Amino acid sequence: MPIAVAPERPAVRSTIDRMARPSGLGDKVFKWFTLAMALAVVALVFLVGWQLARGSSLAIRRFGFHFLATSTWDPVAEQFGALPFIYGTAVSSLIALIIAVPLSIATAVYLTELAPLWIRQPIVSLIEMLAAIPSVILGLWGIFVMIPWLRDHPFPFLKEIFGWTPFFSGPIYGVSMLAGGIIIAVMILPIITSVSREILRSVPNLQREAAYALGATRWEVTRIAVLSYAKKGLFGAVILGLGRALGETMAVTMVIGNTPQIRASLFAPGYTLASVIANEFTEATTDVYLQALFEIGLVLFGITILANLLAQLLLKTMGSTIKSGAVQ
Amino acid sequence: MKNSHLWRKTKSALASAASFVCALLVIAPLALVFLHLLRSGASAVNWSFFTELPKPVGVAGGGMVNAIAGSFELLGLAALVGVPVGVFGGVYLAEYGTVRGNWLLRFVADVLNGVPSIIWGVVVYGLVVLRLKSFSAYAGGLALGFIMIPLIMRTTEEVLLLVPAGYREASLALGISRWKTIVHIVMKTALKGVVTAILLALARVAGETAPLLFTAFGNRFWNHDLSEPIAALPLQIFSYAISPYDDWHRQAWAGALVLVVMIFFVNILVRFLTRERVARVL
Amino acid sequence: MESVAIIDPPMITPVSLPQQQVASGSEPTDAAPERPPAFEVERLSIFYGEKKAIENVTLAIPSKMITAIIGPSGCGKSTLLRSLNRMHELVPNTRIEGKVLFAGEDIYAPHIDPVVIRRRIGMVFQKSNPFPTMSIAENVLVGLKLNGVRDRAFLRERLEQSLRMAALWDEVKNDLHKPGISLSGGQQQRLCIARAIAVEPEVLLMDEPASALDPIATAKIEELIHELSSNYTVVIVTHNMQQAGRCSDYTAFLYLGRLIEFASTTKIFTNPSERQTEDYITGRFG
Repeated sequence: MPIAVAPERPAVRSTIDRMARPSGLGDKVFKWFTLAMALAVVALVFLVGWQLARGSSLAIRRFGFHFLATSTWDPVAEQFGALPFIYGTAVSSLIALIIAVPLSIATAVYLTELAPLWIRQPIVSLIEMLAAIPSVILGLWGIFVMIPWLRDHPFPFLKEIFGWTPFFSGPIYGVSMLAGGIIIAVMILPIITSVSREILRSVPNLQREAAYALGATRWEVTRIAVLSYAKKGLFGAVILGLGRALGETMAVTMVIGNTPQIRASLFAPGYTLASVIANEFTEATTDVYLQALFEIGLVLFGITILANLLAQLLLKTMGSTIKSGAVQ
Repeated sequence: MKNSHLWRKTKSALASAASFVCALLVIAPLALVFLHLLRSGASAVNWSFFTELPKPVGVAGGGMVNAIAGSFELLGLAALVGVPVGVFGGVYLAEYGTVRGNWLLRFVADVLNGVPSIIWGVVVYGLVVLRLKSFSAYAGGLALGFIMIPLIMRTTEEVLLLVPAGYREASLALGISRWKTIVHIVMKTALKGVVTAILLALARVAGETAPLLFTAFGNRFWNHDLSEPIAALPLQIFSYAISPYDDWHRQAWAGALVLVVMIFFVNILVRFLTRERVARVL
Repeated sequence: MESVAIIDPPMITPVSLPQQQVASGSEPTDAAPERPPAFEVERLSIFYGEKKAIENVTLAIPSKMITAIIGPSGCGKSTLLRSLNRMHELVPNTRIEGKVLFAGEDIYAPHIDPVVIRRRIGMVFQKSNPFPTMSIAENVLVGLKLNGVRDRAFLRERLEQSLRMAALWDEVKNDLHKPGISLSGGQQQRLCIARAIAVEPEVLLMDEPASALDPIATAKIEELIHELSSNYTVVIVTHNMQQAGRCSDYTAFLYLGRLIEFASTTKIFTNPSERQTEDYITGRFG
């Protein structure tokens, strides 16, 4: 025992004797164990990158960068190009953002600045419930409720008014790029709303009070003091939503039509990176086919990592502790 | 001047109204989906749904009992992977480490949370399915477990950080070693929070379909061996939904209703548990 | 006299041994000269990063007596107290120079395990913190149980002994299974004292133990401290000078990390040697 002193009372000796001698080993082992667990996230990133790269090495060597620029997807002829899917992912995500971002940010503003207090928590809870709905169930609703409704009402209306533009020309099937975009919008509404809310809440009250003191109305306070301060964070929330949109799989697959083509019309069926993997992975009969799908996965991984990196940087450098991504 | 003030106030009121409408639009899909689930699914949810296996194509009736059981099995496997790694990783972030190092780890975890779930399916396919040369429950569970890890890690960390420093100090001052302080005092105090974090993560992956498409793959029969393909509720819903058969569509709605109810139940339970905690702290 | 705006460094070296002061002032008990001091702090300096929190303190804390550490906010009282059981190390980036001898050995020697130190030098904190998931009994015994003591008879005996010594037994003996946090503030603090006593330390360090309590509870704690000093060396930090005057046998006055004066409490409060001490006692600055 390090400090060996003759205790005055026998009781002291007996209690200390009864206690286990600490070895320091427990502390060391535990610390390394938890560190190893924490490093798992780093290991996982490398694992994903490695598996995707390994699984697509053949295809990468065969097709090179042309893979990203070719629009032919012909498994039979073993011609694989990712362009239709890149186009599909990009356009559907863009549509989703156009629809979701204004709605989400307006809702977040409403919930933090404008709404009466009693209504805030119920709405927040409802949005959280929406976030909890699995993608496949939204897709189910999409197939049997949304698509028929779109096909019979808004789509013909849009065609009537905007049919002279390339975007709303062509036959209406129901399943379409536009439907895909809409359903992705529904899926990303909750996350953009909740992250935006956290951003807005982190704007120091001092900003608001200063504006109020100048005689600004509620809306003006919001616009001048809050929104401009929170710009960076809100942009981060949008990018986070984009990252989510890029990777959305099931709901999109069920309503987008799954046709590898590049068309200007939003009524035309499309295909996304995630959807083609979901649909064709188990059908891939040849090695090259599977490898091409792995490569699609690699592309998808790449763009979502980039989007998330950007989003996290924007969110985290706003200075506050925003819980992003983990809120679903 | 007066008009300008009135106009500004009106603008403010309009802004409130407009954003309220936006809030309604955001919630609307929830109501629409849920109502339709009830309408289409409730009628198809019957005793046989919970007790029977799927019937062959063309034969009416049957149920999804194997898919429900399969989902639970997959969640169990996922928890085996996700809970220890996530919880103890969160312990490290909360109790040890450096400011910069932990920031980096958190960053990586958050980025990982944004990886599309289908990618995990692809990764586990290469890792497990190709090796075992078959789809399996193990593969499905692993994919779901991978998704859970960064999720649980971050929420565990947050929960542990809520434990006041005073308890750690008091424990160390008694001559209790650091790791025992963390396990027996800190984690015990935060137990409810950690459990709710795990429940939320489980509810989240319970609805995942994409990572299971080519790992667990699905099974029209009972799974008797975890190294074989296994059915899962979301998988079954998906394959029924895209099928051409009306009866299967009906069952897909039933499955969807059951799945949503289970997920909502967990979410509400968690909310109830955490609300109690907040009240006591205050 | 001008209130102190510029601080003069003490003109004489800080007094180290209470024995030296005994001769000049009145002495509460005469046990001190025979017993070796509990702590011998030798030229101790403590750094938080670049900042020097404690500067060159040399001090001998007498055994089985109550020593109070007083001084204005930020003077380093808590830091000094915590350095006696190495609790200040919980803050990252701390560094010390000098020695703290406990029972003749430097507790900062490289081979010394802080865990063992803390079993022999206990601590009670300003804000009482009974563990929320544990009952009263579990709280008291946690230090023993988590360190491997299993003997049930022994544990039961220690439980009663510790609670009696903390003047809490009669109030809780029928409610031992109730959660520790169900007690009142003053009772919780006594529970924390019982918890600290249960591992049979030789020293009790108390960091403002009564500052969060109402006057009645405070009086009970102060009475308890007097009783405890017959079995333990007590070192108490307090910002309340009157409390130091009531409770302690010896008092150390700290200012800006330096030990200005250390003497018997009576001397400090009636006839301090240092002008700074006198200024603080009389309230010229605080």
